[in-house]
Amino acid sequence: MTLTVGRPRPARTAPPGARRGKPAGDPVVAWLFLLPALIGFTVFYLAPTLRGFWISLTDWNLLSDPEFVGLDNYRAMLADDKFWNALRITAEYVVINIGTQTVLALAIAVLMDRLTRSVLVRAAIVVPWLVPNVTVAIVTLFMLDHNVGFVNHILQVLGFEPQSFYGDSDQAIATIALVNTWRNMGYTALLFFAGMQMIPRNLYEAAAVDGAGEWTLFRRITLPLLRPVTVLVLVVSIIGSFQIFDTVAVTTKGGPADATRVIYYYIYQKAFNEFHMGYAAAMAATLFVLLIVLTATQMRMLRASSSDLR
Amino acid sequence: MAHHTSGARRRFRPGRILAWTALALLLLVTLYPFVWMLRTAFTGNRAIFNGDYSLIPADPTLVNYSRVLGHATAEESIAAGGSGAEVDFWLYLRNSVIFTLAVVAGQVGFSATAAYAFARLRFRGRDTLFAVFLTGLMVPPIFTVLPNFALVRDLGWLDTFPGLLAPYLLMTPFAIFFLRQFFLGISPEIEDAATIDGAGKIAVFWRIILPMSTAPLATLAVITAVFSWNEYLWPQLVGKDEGVRLLNVALGVFAQSSPTSSPDWAGLMAAASLQVIPVLLLLIVFGRRLVNSIGFTGIK
Repeated sequence: MTLTVGRPRPARTAPPGARRGKPAGDPVVAWLFLLPALIGFTVFYLAPTLRGFWISLTDWNLLSDPEFVGLDNYRAMLADDKFWNALRITAEYVVINIGTQTVLALAIAVLMDRLTRSVLVRAAIVVPWLVPNVTVAIVTLFMLDHNVGFVNHILQVLGFEPQSFYGDSDQAIATIALVNTWRNMGYTALLFFAGMQMIPRNLYEAAAVDGAGEWTLFRRITLPLLRPVTVLVLVVSIIGSFQIFDTVAVTTKGGPADATRVIYYYIYQKAFNEFHMGYAAAMAATLFVLLIVLTATQMRMLRASSSDLR
Repeated sequence: MAHHTSGARRRFRPGRILAWTALALLLLVTLYPFVWMLRTAFTGNRAIFNGDYSLIPADPTLVNYSRVLGHATAEESIAAGGSGAEVDFWLYLRNSVIFTLAVVAGQVGFSATAAYAFARLRFRGRDTLFAVFLTGLMVPPIFTVLPNFALVRDLGWLDTFPGLLAPYLLMTPFAIFFLRQFFLGISPEIEDAATIDGAGKIAVFWRIILPMSTAPLATLAVITAVFSWNEYLWPQLVGKDEGVRLLNVALGVFAQSSPTSSPDWAGLMAAASLQVIPVLLLLIVFGRRLVNSIGFTGIK
């Protein structure tokens, strides 16, 4: 997923392809340049997407030949409590993760924007995002361990009971969500920070002269002018958030008591532990459609909010 | 004016101290787990279960690193709290480096030629094809992983580098999008001048466009390296075998083979810290570029 924030590109005088009426020219070179990427796209994006929809209409265990069953997998899916449970848990994860991550990232971005341009600070804040999910999972497993974890040590020093975090079915999904908030908040803050650099400084100066405090500056200037960036960041992070897998796979494996079996992990289990490829593909296709609808909705919000700065 | 400025300054001063404290606290929360990871890597497993939380371990030791790096005997490592079955770190590091370098070279190279074709060359159906490529961004990886796994298995590529690399090697929609944006910004006059001098499109790309684009190419390479280093779902599916096991996958296996009653925390933290070193090197060498490029283009 991509989004482009800030730094206007050098202006172009003509749209691509409309350059001063030159004869349409170099198809041989063009296709030569395109060939590797075209093969890659066809074989590993286009074909598997089509094949994925086909698999979702079959009963297939990876060994025998797939057998066409029409919409049976989708029907079974709609009647499967575990599927709905997985969607509910995923939604819970997304809400906790996106909610905390966005607020913290905005706070960090505002702090950096008002306090320092230091590259060192920005590099430090982005470190957890550079570290692989697997490593983060292992380090936080230790930090949050019930018996010897540092976080529980602090809780006890402050007079609280030690918590099980990953090991408690009431806390596990929130724990995973907050761990990924911790991992991604610095990166997300840098996106917001970049957006804030496009807001003209003199707006702040003028408002400050009029006696506006920091909170008013944030509410009346930063937040409204940042809205297009905020919507873009939200689109990208929500799509990413729905695809939570690595942390679950390394820490809880869907447990305890199915409390963290998110949709990605359920699809994975169906496909590669139980070899119900058709059923797994039906759920994956549903997720695909869900993400498209979600993105389309958010992009409409983006278009409705794009006129703030210009 | 001077009056306002000094008034504002007086009013903001306690606020600034508070703001700096908040930022410092956030940085501490961000970085402390890594400090604690390192600290634990130099601690014996027994000391961890003794409830010693001092920042400097009372009895620092290198045994965890020598275990993870394969320099300790099985007896030594069991005595230190390991399971005896140890991580062959150098093999997995080699695999991860091969994987990452190959993905970076393939993706950046092939995406660059494709992006140039989309930005500058003229052929029928160009813009339609580009739009189709972009839709690839929307497909959740788990959806394509199912058929791709079947394909790689049918090719007999499970547990081989070709199988591991195939889905990543030739392109990503993001890389093409990213480079096309940059190529579009290069003034066409520069190319026109070279074309008039008789250079073909390939020569123009090779001798003019690429040298002009080292900055975005390097940025893309760094971002691609970070993503490849983080890749887990596909490698743990098709690269289970020791010979092609990536560091990420090995760490996951190591974590799961550790007994749940008394996990080998010290060994795990030593292994995890070795996984972080390449990331820190990247940050030291490319920190400014990386941090600024996140401002330029966000990716997920």
